[in-house]
Amino acid sequence: MSDTETLVRGEDQESPAPSRTNRRAFLKTSAAALALSVVACGDDEPDPFEPDPDPDPDPTAVDLGTGDIAVLNYALVLERLEAGFWSEVVSNPYVGMEATELETLTEIRDHEIAHRDFLIAALGPDAIGELEFDLSAVDFTSRESVLGTARTFEDLGVAAYNGAGQLLENVDFLLVAGKIVSVEARHASVVRDLLQPGTDHFAGDDVVDANGLDGAMTPQEVLTAAGDFIVTELDTSGLPTA
Amino acid sequence: MSDLTRFGDEERALAERIMSRRTALNDAGRLGASLLAVAAIPTLFRGRSGSLLAQEALTEQEMATLNFALTLEYLEAAFYEQGLAAAGLVPDEDRDVIGIIGQHEDAHVALLAGVLGDDAVAEPVFDFTAGGSFADVFTNYETFLALAQGFEDTGVRAYKGQAGNLQSSGSLLTTALQIHSVEGRHAAMVRRMRGQKGWIVGAETDVAALEAVYAGEGNTTHLGVDATTTTEVPDEQVGEAFDEPLTEEEVLAIAGPFIVA
Repeated sequence: MSDTETLVRGEDQESPAPSRTNRRAFLKTSAAALALSVVACGDDEPDPFEPDPDPDPDPTAVDLGTGDIAVLNYALVLERLEAGFWSEVVSNPYVGMEATELETLTEIRDHEIAHRDFLIAALGPDAIGELEFDLSAVDFTSRESVLGTARTFEDLGVAAYNGAGQLLENVDFLLVAGKIVSVEARHASVVRDLLQPGTDHFAGDDVVDANGLDGAMTPQEVLTAAGDFIVTELDTSGLPTA
Repeated sequence: MSDLTRFGDEERALAERIMSRRTALNDAGRLGASLLAVAAIPTLFRGRSGSLLAQEALTEQEMATLNFALTLEYLEAAFYEQGLAAAGLVPDEDRDVIGIIGQHEDAHVALLAGVLGDDAVAEPVFDFTAGGSFADVFTNYETFLALAQGFEDTGVRAYKGQAGNLQSSGSLLTTALQIHSVEGRHAAMVRRMRGQKGWIVGAETDVAALEAVYAGEGNTTHLGVDATTTTEVPDEQVGEAFDEPLTEEEVLAIAGPFIVA
């Protein structure tokens, strides 16, 4: 791989690095990392480099499962993406990131990691393994690029959970999704306020419609919107559609 | 029926469903009123989400849930309306922010009242001083913002607590979730205007009179799993990462002091 595509192990692992200092030091060895690439490591994940013992049309596709499991795995895809993105942001702060901003963004990173790790634990053996993401479109040195991407991801996360609620059968899963989505909305609001401080952009008419409603998107719409960032092929055929 | 000709097919179908429900009430006057309610919210049907279009006649539980939500939206809408009207209260630099929050609450009122039609509860009479507990709410901007935060965080928790009651309601659930996350955006913004984090930290509040708004927010166990044990993220951030619901009873206990009648 060229130096523009570096394997950053650990960034999408199940916990953050213990200290920012260590993380910074580590990142010096991969400071040019523009793509986050993480290998599958779940115990039940097929090794992508070995022939699939049970071949299907796309043997490397990660199967989300069916029913509620598929919906939660779909949420986990997004949380893995967000956690990976924010880990990179915090590890490799953009030019001019102020201390208070770093603190805020570090907390957002931690929230996304907490969501990811919780979903992995809740799904247990049904949880999808790690995924490969391509964040090469993000200029991690640029505040505008980072926060612009963050806005996209957080708004998308909100719309994704909003749209997925009615796909869930288990009311306890619905409640958990509700517990997570409002925090995603808080993130979206904060990121938007960092971009256009003190304005109505935190809930602007580009994201909240004339009825005062936030977005709601189907998994298909969300995965299409996030498609450029998700390298791993996903088998979404078991996702409920209604 | 000619009133319906300016609506599209889906809107007409919804209106007809509402009408057939009204017709069952065998009350021509109420039928007319519901048609007006539909006509009053044409933008509802142009929402990106297509929400509500597939909604069948409301069940008793849906009506109760939506009326509970409507009561909270009335409260929020009236609060911002009065705040924005109070001379010298909201500084010029904050009027866009407070203004759009108020607009959203107005829109939520119109939307919910429109869906409920004749079944919508009337707007209560509010006392935002809560009998004197917040005596300077419309003369002291800090008090106003503190209450705004309390109302928004309560709104987030209230909608979350109702999601289960709308689980079988399809697009109505989605609509409620779409309001819920907007309340979350509002809450985060107001919190930051007050120098707070955008997210709720444990059950913390800097306003003693609003402790009930944050009761139980320190919970970290979901689906029987303590989320602090599944990650190396600090416990405080794990707590922040999940907002907690409030029951209708808990919400009404919070809102009660502000509702005169």
